[in-house]
Amino acid sequence: MLEIRNLHASVEGNEILRGVDLAVNAGEVHAIMGPNGSGKSTLAQVLAGHPAYEVTEGEVRYEGRSLLDLEPEERACNGLFLAFQYPVEIPGVSNSYFLKAALNAIRKHRGQEEMDAFDFLKLVKERIKLVELDESLLNRPVNEGFSGGEKKRNEIMHMAVLEPKLAILDETDSGLDIDALRIVASGVNQLRRSDNATIVVTHYQRLLNYIIPDFVHVLVDGRIAKSGGKELALALEAKGYEWVSDELKEAEAA
Amino acid sequence: MSRGVEQVETHLKNFERFSLNGSAHSPEWIRNLRQKAIARFAAQGFPTARDEEWRFTNVGPLAGFPSALARKSNVDEDQIEQVHGTACRGVHGTRLVFINGYHRPDLSTSVALPKGVIADGLCSAMTTSGELIEHHLGAYAPFDEKPFVALSTAFMRDGAFVYVPRETVVEAPIYLLYLFADREAGATAYPRNLVVVEREGQVVIIEHYVSLVGTPCFTNAVTEIVAGDHTTVEHIKIQDEHRQAFHVATIQSQVGSNGSFTSNNIAWGGKLSRNDVNVTLDGEGIDCTLNGLYVASGDQHMDNRTFLDHTKPRCNSHELYKGILGDEASGVFRGKIHVWEDAQKTDAKQTNKNLLLSDEATIDTMPQLEIFADDVKCTHGATVGQLEDEAIFYLRSRGIDRESARSILTHAFASDIISRISSEAVRQHLDAGLQSLLENSFRVEGGI
Repeated sequence: MLEIRNLHASVEGNEILRGVDLAVNAGEVHAIMGPNGSGKSTLAQVLAGHPAYEVTEGEVRYEGRSLLDLEPEERACNGLFLAFQYPVEIPGVSNSYFLKAALNAIRKHRGQEEMDAFDFLKLVKERIKLVELDESLLNRPVNEGFSGGEKKRNEIMHMAVLEPKLAILDETDSGLDIDALRIVASGVNQLRRSDNATIVVTHYQRLLNYIIPDFVHVLVDGRIAKSGGKELALALEAKGYEWVSDELKEAEAA
Repeated sequence: MSRGVEQVETHLKNFERFSLNGSAHSPEWIRNLRQKAIARFAAQGFPTARDEEWRFTNVGPLAGFPSALARKSNVDEDQIEQVHGTACRGVHGTRLVFINGYHRPDLSTSVALPKGVIADGLCSAMTTSGELIEHHLGAYAPFDEKPFVALSTAFMRDGAFVYVPRETVVEAPIYLLYLFADREAGATAYPRNLVVVEREGQVVIIEHYVSLVGTPCFTNAVTEIVAGDHTTVEHIKIQDEHRQAFHVATIQSQVGSNGSFTSNNIAWGGKLSRNDVNVTLDGEGIDCTLNGLYVASGDQHMDNRTFLDHTKPRCNSHELYKGILGDEASGVFRGKIHVWEDAQKTDAKQTNKNLLLSDEATIDTMPQLEIFADDVKCTHGATVGQLEDEAIFYLRSRGIDRESARSILTHAFASDIISRISSEAVRQHLDAGLQSLLENSFRVEGGI
């Protein structure tokens, strides 16, 4: 589904990603872990098409085409979804208006008819239960006045409505208490299917107790330094990220 | 120093003709008021950039207008057919229609109003409510330092007269629709409105200005509102004239103790638009709200000036003016709050926020506080900014294209003001108008 080859990206002239390689197939869950500043969020933003990041080298194939040639909205219409680490507040635009506009933009791209207000509401009310979010948040301005946990759950609710093929969760666990974490994880798990894939970007292992990854990758200095199964996350939890960086240095020295 | 002696001369000649024709049959007190006003205008001339009140608005093109009085009869059948299509749909109730500044009872709609309530053309009301009008007309809108008010007063002829007696609540808004139909370039209309609300009266007034022509024309309107103690008055002004129109208007309000006064001032039409909202808080415990929205694209120029006069203790005023400026449009906001020595416990908040959609658009914003009391809470602030890149990206990352994302965010910025209007029908009309304006009037800019 997704193949990243030797991806280099910079922001304001600073190179953050220095040769990322990663392949994700349908039905898989990949966790990307790494210390602060290692480039995890940058990778998520680059995949979603944030214009502040400049790709200087490498390529990304998504369902057989070059992802980097697509505008952010085209990526979304082709099934890519980014759950933001810091969901943006948008005063004056109601949550449901935004979501309906997004859903209909995607449906239009797929050649489907626009969903009317009645069917949309029915869908949203069903999906909002996945994340146990209060329905009143639908009529509030997007993220404005939402608690940290509500913002994150709202991102997963959007994901549940838009049904992406490839979802990237950028530190969705940060700032969540244990109950919210469980709710978010359970929402994500219920959306797992054999024809979609998820990339979970996280600093901590604890989210991975709930969303069990098929693969764990450790990003250090803008490169994937180590990959493994879910047991790698536990090893990281026990030994810390320095263990991987040290290994990497030793390997480079050798 | 008066500017453009020649131009002033044109108006004086027009006035001479007007005194012999249009004005001749008016009561003496009106003729005297007009005389005083024209004399004052002659002494002042048109304002120049040296005049602090007009520093950022060049009235040169206006001063050069032939300024022939728009004719009552200069309207054709096609235009008459358009009248009702231009109105806010869904506003039911009393509707007074004005063509070229003149009341047209045949195009107006009257419904049963509570006992004693009057909603009529000013001219026709003169015969039935002459004393009442004489008592109030011209008593609130000073023209000594205001050349355009002076000019408007000199040429006033018709407009709306609304009277709400004591303890009377008018439920449906009273809708005043002004249509410019005179095709003669430079034709000028001087609508003059008077709203008198007695103690404990309640009313909503909509003043809506539209053009049925595309030729340069000039509307110079003055509205006086006097609201007694414990009144609740909401005034909604919509200026949606065409892109060649010049529009200058003054809304002058005086509010009594424990009154509640709200002004919603929406402007997105005209080539040059200048709107003054002046409120004198003439009692204690008044709640005053001023909301404003100006949207300018192309080469439009929008100048908004507000003046809140806190004369007595314990009054609150909340003011929020928002502007959206794109292309090469320019805007001015100048808000003054004056708190007199006696006006202790004043709570005044003034905010002006501007969204610039292009590099060439400009805004001059000047909030001003003049405080002579020591126990008050007054704040003011102004912001000028652009659409936030992060917000645009957030919308795009969910599948919404760039243009739609920009339009959604811009609309949201403005609908904040529209949502404060009490009438749902007016809100819907404005939301639809704004949508079409944002989609069609602004040139597409770069950005993310």
